[in-house]
Amino acid sequence: MIEITMPRLSDTMEEGTIATWHKHPGDHVRVGDILVEIETDKAVMEYEAYDNGVLSEILVSEGQTVPIGAPIALLDGTGASHQASVPAPSGAVASSAGPAPAETPLAAPPPPPPPPTLEPSTAADRLVASPLVRRLAREQHLDLRDVRGTGPGGRIVRRDLTEMLESRSQIHEAFTELRGPAVVVTDEKRGSEAVPVTSTRRVIARRMSESARTVPHFYATAVADAGPLVRMRRELNAQLAAVSRPKVSVNDLVVKACALALREHPGVNSSYVDDTSTTMLVHRRINIGVAVASQHGLVVPVITDADQRTVTDIGAETHRLMARAEERRLTVEDMSGGTFTISNLGMFGVEQFTAIINPPEAAILAVGATTAEPVVVDGTVDTGYRLRYTLSSDHRVIDGALAAQFLRTLTTFLENPWTLVA
Amino acid sequence: MAIMTYRRALHDTLRDEMLRDERVLLLGEEIGVFEGSYKITAGLLEEFGPRRVRDTPIAEEGFTGAAIGAAMLGLRPVVEIMTINFSLLALDQIVNHAAKIYGMFGGQASVPLVIRTPGGGGQQLGATHSQNVELYYAFVPGLKVVAPSTPADARALLQAAIRDDDPVLFLENLALYNTKGDVPDDLPPAPIGRARVTREGRDLTLIGYSRTAHVAAQVADQLAASEGLDIEVVDLMSLRPLDRATIVASVRKTHAAVVLEDDWLTYGIGAEVAATISDGAFDDLDAPVRRVAMAEVPLPYAKPLETAALPSTDDVIAAIYQTLDAVGRRHLKVGHD
Repeated sequence: MIEITMPRLSDTMEEGTIATWHKHPGDHVRVGDILVEIETDKAVMEYEAYDNGVLSEILVSEGQTVPIGAPIALLDGTGASHQASVPAPSGAVASSAGPAPAETPLAAPPPPPPPPTLEPSTAADRLVASPLVRRLAREQHLDLRDVRGTGPGGRIVRRDLTEMLESRSQIHEAFTELRGPAVVVTDEKRGSEAVPVTSTRRVIARRMSESARTVPHFYATAVADAGPLVRMRRELNAQLAAVSRPKVSVNDLVVKACALALREHPGVNSSYVDDTSTTMLVHRRINIGVAVASQHGLVVPVITDADQRTVTDIGAETHRLMARAEERRLTVEDMSGGTFTISNLGMFGVEQFTAIINPPEAAILAVGATTAEPVVVDGTVDTGYRLRYTLSSDHRVIDGALAAQFLRTLTTFLENPWTLVA
Repeated sequence: MAIMTYRRALHDTLRDEMLRDERVLLLGEEIGVFEGSYKITAGLLEEFGPRRVRDTPIAEEGFTGAAIGAAMLGLRPVVEIMTINFSLLALDQIVNHAAKIYGMFGGQASVPLVIRTPGGGGQQLGATHSQNVELYYAFVPGLKVVAPSTPADARALLQAAIRDDDPVLFLENLALYNTKGDVPDDLPPAPIGRARVTREGRDLTLIGYSRTAHVAAQVADQLAASEGLDIEVVDLMSLRPLDRATIVASVRKTHAAVVLEDDWLTYGIGAEVAATISDGAFDDLDAPVRRVAMAEVPLPYAKPLETAALPSTDDVIAAIYQTLDAVGRRHLKVGHD
């Protein structure tokens, strides 16, 4: 009997939630079959079988959460499994920590052996891989049998895993609707319902608490005369539409303006390391995270080198990332390496707000709506457009004057919007 | 801070230690009137007199034994054995007496003895005068063996060896005596048993000691310039105790190692280092540990044959390429993942 345990699917994972069982007791399982979908702190990931056999028992039902290493199912691996080919006394495989499933394996009648699908293992079949590769395979649950080794004699070396490890890190951010335990009414007076906390929500909770608790935030709000921006965008989009090119959004222009302003004020494009470090980091590349409220939760995909992209390119990249967020197909690559974040609630009519910094970045810009309002021009009241935005800064690396200078540069760009596309 | 030769660093340290502690005395062949075969003890007979700088007969077993007795009775003798080849004549004294007296007699007497002796082939001195047999001593519990590669380390480790209460074999090298380096004026004794990462890198760990630590540093610099390789160099500095932690930590970072040794391959220092890596960094190795050592022959006298038998820089580079090829990093245009 082979014990299937909760795998470690990410570096930060400590426990996992069973999202969906794809196999059920009695089902034949072949190596590579998807057994189960597991929700981690980062994503919902499919977990494949590493042995052939018959799934004999599910120990953790859908919606339940258990720590890494805890048994989640039992597989009767009679026959061709590569693990079972190691002569071991029966039951010896079930040696990992966690409560051993009571007598079941012994009591259950042996299910019929599945048809053997692999050649019996022989010494010649032994996978040749470096110790480093074997460790990575253990830790990351990689199946090395499909990897072509390029080392001497076909040895699989670390480099041969690069592709596999990258595809592994394609995480399906956000969460599935948990078929969790039945809703419990915990407080009748308030009519409360216990709703499962998703992993995405837990990550947001942890990171935002940590940021609010440890990063000394201060806030500075600026306002731009958005009239030129509104008129320029209208004109630009009319011309783009005429040649069937996608339109440019206010957000695309704000991203570009921030990127250019960051280039002039690299101190804002920085990270505080920690209290013991004698250095802070100033980032040469300008990678702007854009907070996206997808239907699956808040995610922050990153537009790399935003300062070097055109506004239409920024728009296209934003659309690509938002689409991937909706499909829960954002990769770690898509979401890492940000140096600054923009959160825009303008489309909801929010005039201005403050945001919590996304560590290890040093600042975040909260962007409000472009509003038409009475403005005073040369002593007379006229109708004008205003755009308000608030910079939250990490005071450990950014002082008030720097924040103010950055905002002034940003405002200049936004009030002279042709410079953004020039 | 002064720039001086390895030879000068040894000389000055001996003199300073003799000034600091009158229990320190020197024994050896030709170290007094002739001022030492390699002039390490130049001027010391004149300065300290024949009671503290003693020319001995050509009798290694005898004067090493005499030094052991002196050490047991409270002096701090520093014996010069002209080359490590001749130490074989004193092997019984060193292995059976110096190394064992403290333990065998319940700690009644310690043996604060230093044996300074150079190794080094390549000088056309023939098979019996060109060996590197420090391994024989590094093998023996009860001895300490240090093998500094720079003038500063020579000073710091010689101070430590003289002040240590246990017998220390202090390995020098004929090829190092004229090498130069900075030696800080107020350099403290170095702890015995520590290796040092003398160059940080990520692609591969290159390990050496004494002369081979120089070769390692030189090859690493050369390959950094010509191939963009990022090689980490570890100077063992001490063969017993061996600083296994530093070796392991380095290989855990680089995932590959080449060990340089100035002795024969089979059962050599490199074998011990490779075993250390296997024990401590097995799961981090991406390629087998390679060793570069002498050809397994009595070293020939004829120059072309001698040169062919000694490990060359090209041998080192070839071993590095083989190792890097094995981990899939071709040695040209090496990138990082």
